[in-house]
Amino acid sequence: MFAHLVLSLRTAGLPASITEYLTLLGAMKAGVAEYSVDDFYYLARTTLVKDERHLDKFDRVFAQCFKGLEPPEGVKVEDLPEEWLKKLAEKLLSPEEMAKIQSLGGFDAIMNRLKELLAEQKGRHQGGSKWIGTAGTSPFGAYGYNPEGVRIGQDESRHRRAVKVWDKRDYKDLDDTVELGTRGMKLALRRLRRFARQGAATELDLPDTIRSTANNAGSLDLKMVPERHNTVKVLLFLDVGGSMDDHIRQTEELFSAVRSEFKHLEHYYFHNFPYERVWKHNRRRHDETIPTWQVLRTYGPDYKLIIVGDASMSPYEITMPGGSVEHYNEEPGTVWLDRLASHYRRSAWLNPMPRPTWGHTRSITMVNDLMAGRMYPLTVHGIDDMTRELSR
Amino acid sequence: MAGFKSTEAYIATRDLEVAVNAAVTLQRPLLVKGEPGTGKTVLAHEVAQSLGCPLIEWHIKSTTKAQQGLYEYDAVSRLRDGQLGDPRVHDIGNYIVRGKLWDAFEADEQTVVLIDEVDKADIEFPNDLLLELDRMQFFVYETRKTVAAKHRPVVIITSNNEKELPDAFLRRCFFHYIRFPDRPTMERIVDAHYPDIRKDLAREALNVFFQVREVPGLKKKPATSELLDWLKLLMVEDLPVEALRSNDKHVVIPPLYGALLKNEQDVHLFERLAFLSRRGG
Repeated sequence: MFAHLVLSLRTAGLPASITEYLTLLGAMKAGVAEYSVDDFYYLARTTLVKDERHLDKFDRVFAQCFKGLEPPEGVKVEDLPEEWLKKLAEKLLSPEEMAKIQSLGGFDAIMNRLKELLAEQKGRHQGGSKWIGTAGTSPFGAYGYNPEGVRIGQDESRHRRAVKVWDKRDYKDLDDTVELGTRGMKLALRRLRRFARQGAATELDLPDTIRSTANNAGSLDLKMVPERHNTVKVLLFLDVGGSMDDHIRQTEELFSAVRSEFKHLEHYYFHNFPYERVWKHNRRRHDETIPTWQVLRTYGPDYKLIIVGDASMSPYEITMPGGSVEHYNEEPGTVWLDRLASHYRRSAWLNPMPRPTWGHTRSITMVNDLMAGRMYPLTVHGIDDMTRELSR
Repeated sequence: MAGFKSTEAYIATRDLEVAVNAAVTLQRPLLVKGEPGTGKTVLAHEVAQSLGCPLIEWHIKSTTKAQQGLYEYDAVSRLRDGQLGDPRVHDIGNYIVRGKLWDAFEADEQTVVLIDEVDKADIEFPNDLLLELDRMQFFVYETRKTVAAKHRPVVIITSNNEKELPDAFLRRCFFHYIRFPDRPTMERIVDAHYPDIRKDLAREALNVFFQVREVPGLKKKPATSELLDWLKLLMVEDLPVEALRSNDKHVVIPPLYGALLKNEQDVHLFERLAFLSRRGG
């Protein structure tokens, strides 16, 4: 009866299975939801969603399924290309209205304002940014454009009207493909903290000894167990300054999350691209630099190297001697990255830029190729992939 | 059907009620997640009370093994008894120590079992309980005996999200994520706990509380349990409402902040903000 919902959920990437579907049907039969739409929504949610990350996706799919709307082809308002909106506006607006827009500062000003609003929307907890399809009108109408300004989403209803509950999208913050808080970071980084039981038997396993002795009817049977310790060592290279300033906050979040997770963690800063010198304290970067060779000598190949940077720069900074914007580098960046990546058995590049934009910047593609595809976006999902790669 | 509803001391939102009722009706475990201090553990107490069943609490630690919830074989005392020649030693059943789940399964009436903070345990812990929670029975290897539940208990599991739980485990549970209560819900909660609180005090305190939660960069945002503690302190101290009011729009450190801010970095953050706003104004 609700197979459509379950199938749509699976298409949207939610791990709902037949077991859960049968449970839902069972609960319906047992009369848990009775005849209330809201209760059915809650029941479906508690049955089919098993992680708060998926709650937002569930709300979107639920809205689609039970409103019978065409799916909006996977585009969020935030992701709509500007040109498209512009064209649509030109088609919809009369010349007089266009003139009014011009008097308000032109289209770009309004578009910028729109972007600001969208950014605010993303940050706020109760953000009601609407999935276009659910609005049931044209994408442009969804956020009610008018000459006085731009309004996005709907005023939140205080009354819990039936169809509105899932439209509020309260769980947007918990979706792991967009938002990245310290908590999510920690979750992903825990994968790195692999308690490897390896090496020679060193510790007396007291419980096992007692058990074996008892099983042996009292004759002593010693049991040993390998010593347990965290074997993961991490070397962090962080890009500071320049094009990274936008992303410094995210990087700091990552950094603070990492620090409490490992015993062996070393970090160094670089600017734009790692060359022959790096530094330890960002404040004293001009007088206290350390040769990268020294770093390579100090930390052995068993360290896992994580480079955090947006890799957005002029291609010359990567390929040419003397390409660096700050100093004259004898050897091109490619040589240095090669050296780092071949010295460390496991290495990865974390990029705070959203993955879909990577193709547009030539230097990102180049760095990704240099890293043999081991570049990951700075999202929980990306970190998950990275840690899996690093701990293989 | 006698369903679970908000009680005088516990305000449950409608989605939580539906989730609990689904879990009770279909006799499946209910997994509850949410910010610390939003009433995950208290939920089990309330469910037990509203169903009129005894509550069996099993608090999980990092060293807890799934087996301990079923039973433990006390080999050491058997060894000791064996060496002392105690006749009890011939019956292995004398050395089987029952766990919480065994107690719940053997109880004469339906029980509510709380498995608190399941994510604290080893990653294999939930997997080791799959069959036991599914069939509500287990096999005691030492005595060759199967323990099956007389009445399937209502199982409530809480998690603080420190570890991912395995899919196979999740598939068998109902899931509910307790959202941080919005203002009207919070007012109901305060009302339920302190019915005789002065209305103006409660209103101002809630204003301050939601302001504190809005401060960016807090390490640990105060949650419901902190708010309730703080309100109690405010009531005991009998502070005038004016102490809470920040007329001049300056950031002030709330009185008795120790109940709200649990981290010295957060307290520093507040002091810095207060200092900046004084200087700015």
